[in-house]
Amino acid sequence: MKQEEIKENGRRDFIRTAAIATVATAVCGATACSCSSKKEVAGTKVKLLSPDGEIVEIDSAYLNHQEHMAIVSKLEARQGIAGKKFVMVVDLSRCKNARKCITACQKWHYRPEETEWLTVKLLKDSDKGAPYWFPKQCFHCDNPPCVKVCPVDATFKRQDGLVLIDNERCIGCKFCMAACPYSTRVFNWDEPEMPMDVASLVSNPETNLPAKVGTVEKCDFCPDRAREGLLPPCVDACPNGVFYFGDENEDTVTNGEETVSFTQLIKERAGYRFLEELGTKPRVYYLPPKDRQFPVERGYENLPDKLKARFKDIMEPKVKP
Amino acid sequence: MELTTYQQEALDRQKSTIEKFGNKTWLWTIFFLIWIMIGGYALYLQISKGHIVTGMRDNVVWGLFIVNFIFFIGISYAGAIIAGLLHLFKVPWGKPIIRLAQLMTIISVVVGPIFILLCVGRFDRLYFLFIHPRLQSPLTWDVLAILTYFVGSVLFLYMALIRDFAVYRDAKLDIPGWKQKLYKILAIGYRGAASQKRHLLISQNLLAMIMIPLSIIVSSILSWIFGMTLRPGWHSTIFGPYFVLGALYSGCGVLIVAMWVYRKMYKLETYFTDKHFKNLGYAMLVLAAGYGYFTFSEYFTDWFGSAKWDSEVIHKLFSVHDYGWWSLFTNLFGILIPIMIVAIPATRKTNLITIAAFVMVIALWVKRYLIIIPTLETPALPMQDTRMEYVKYSATWPEWALTIAGIATFFLFFTLMSKFVTVVPVSGLEDTNQHHASQTETASAINEQVQPA
Repeated sequence: MKQEEIKENGRRDFIRTAAIATVATAVCGATACSCSSKKEVAGTKVKLLSPDGEIVEIDSAYLNHQEHMAIVSKLEARQGIAGKKFVMVVDLSRCKNARKCITACQKWHYRPEETEWLTVKLLKDSDKGAPYWFPKQCFHCDNPPCVKVCPVDATFKRQDGLVLIDNERCIGCKFCMAACPYSTRVFNWDEPEMPMDVASLVSNPETNLPAKVGTVEKCDFCPDRAREGLLPPCVDACPNGVFYFGDENEDTVTNGEETVSFTQLIKERAGYRFLEELGTKPRVYYLPPKDRQFPVERGYENLPDKLKARFKDIMEPKVKP
Repeated sequence: MELTTYQQEALDRQKSTIEKFGNKTWLWTIFFLIWIMIGGYALYLQISKGHIVTGMRDNVVWGLFIVNFIFFIGISYAGAIIAGLLHLFKVPWGKPIIRLAQLMTIISVVVGPIFILLCVGRFDRLYFLFIHPRLQSPLTWDVLAILTYFVGSVLFLYMALIRDFAVYRDAKLDIPGWKQKLYKILAIGYRGAASQKRHLLISQNLLAMIMIPLSIIVSSILSWIFGMTLRPGWHSTIFGPYFVLGALYSGCGVLIVAMWVYRKMYKLETYFTDKHFKNLGYAMLVLAAGYGYFTFSEYFTDWFGSAKWDSEVIHKLFSVHDYGWWSLFTNLFGILIPIMIVAIPATRKTNLITIAAFVMVIALWVKRYLIIIPTLETPALPMQDTRMEYVKYSATWPEWALTIAGIATFFLFFTLMSKFVTVVPVSGLEDTNQHHASQTETASAINEQVQPA
């Protein structure tokens, strides 16, 4: 019974996705057919549902790749990518608050400047301690406090380790935001502004698009890109290779330039997890800021005043008389 | 329904309150409705523009609405526990105030949950709570608990009302036909026969026995919405009992104030006597001491342990630059002054007890604010945000308007209910001055009732 239901839902989701894909390709495909007739035929045929409801076979070369188009059904998006266990390692010794990761993330997810799924904090662990830059995404905890408290199964843990949100299920109670000890989640307090074509996309937890008013959202580790073998934009954009993203099952992480063994990296560089004592078991590891590549001031000096104000307390402490 | 002369007198005294609506009542009703309409406009703004119109932001995700929710739900639990205890222990002086406690229960359990709904970003998806429920979420526990509790308290009030409905039905009151008919339907053919009496009493006893533990459970579940999170000031093992006691304490205060208001308005000095104020005052004293003890142990352990995160919250609560003055206000007027007013015989007077209770209720509202907001303003990672509204919570006018609308709804329901049923129950009322003489009589009567015929 349950199985049938899942099948049925899955099929419907597929048809819906396929239908939209078809509409999209019909628009782009029209130009593809007429103008780029020189395009070489790939030979592989793809079955698609036409707007009239017929199944048509089209050569894959005529299909235009649409970014942000969910390639899996909502049901698959809840299960995750089989055999994977995503993990991230953040090398604190390399971060100089270049903030390229933040803008890349915002660009990819169509989020405004003030919405930072990925943020860089300036931490100072003790009075005499040295301040260091601390990039922070969602930790995709293995014991996620946010998932525990969700009353409607809108946020969930997948088999590949990711914690995602279905923003068509979320009722906006914000309990997950109160429960997350890392202030990872953000809320759409008003109607989010998105380009027309993005706003009309079919919502999927893997793309987190389009954003919806009155719902919660957060860093998703870009599983739609992972399915295509791409790294998250923050990893790609970082000029210093701070972020290593990879698969714990394969024991491999990469920052785009070098690919290393995950266990080896953690072992050699004394990797740790933030606030381990909370028992949330994050999937993000940090490498301590030892032998730094940049002095901490490098991330502060050239900031616009608005951003400088965030870190002023730590960078320019008031001397007590 | 046969009434004793004492009961007949109680009916005659209160008859006018349910017969006539009166110009004054109309004025009050319209006054409350205006506030509710202003709240309605604020709600319209909140739904059409999003939660951006509130003062809530990504750090302080819950604000006044949750504070009001805890406040009203707390009053409700107190009403059920007080009414249940007075009923079960057959406290002779308790009879006249049971109705008031039960009305308080039902009205606040209607008003309270409205506020948690206001907190929800997507009104249109509320039914997801029922079609996609997840049992491990404390919010789901709360939905189940409050619904159960609501049904229980409706039944509890109704059981207590049946005999009165029968009285109103038979009393030939000067009321419109529909009201007469409604009383007749609601009395479900109660005639005061021995078997009817017995069944009703057993049902009431059972419901009282269910409602007391249910209130404690539901109140604890409410506290667990906060206690189950990993946040300083919330993640505490005493949060369950702390909330139960806080609920009882503030509810006790509301009951005292309600008694005072109705005594003045409907001239019920015969039933709400100084003794009632004194006795509830004693209850308030004990609860204040208990609440003070919990507050002290909560703050003291956090302060003495001085873990970094806990200390930050404690510092905010006691720093004069943050919430220091409010903390002083809650602990002074919410705990110390009520204790002193009741403890010193010279100040143990009806009016003073009422004033103390009234200020204490406000102080406990502020206390709920101090439980919720400072904790949310203290995340584990530094905020490092330059947007002031994200760093510090300050409620906006729509939030205040909806808060006032909620209070107005509470008063409006009370006004309307007091025009439908007598504030002091007529049936079962005994003259407590002659109580000693008739005590043995009553006891044997109860035994008779309970034993199968």
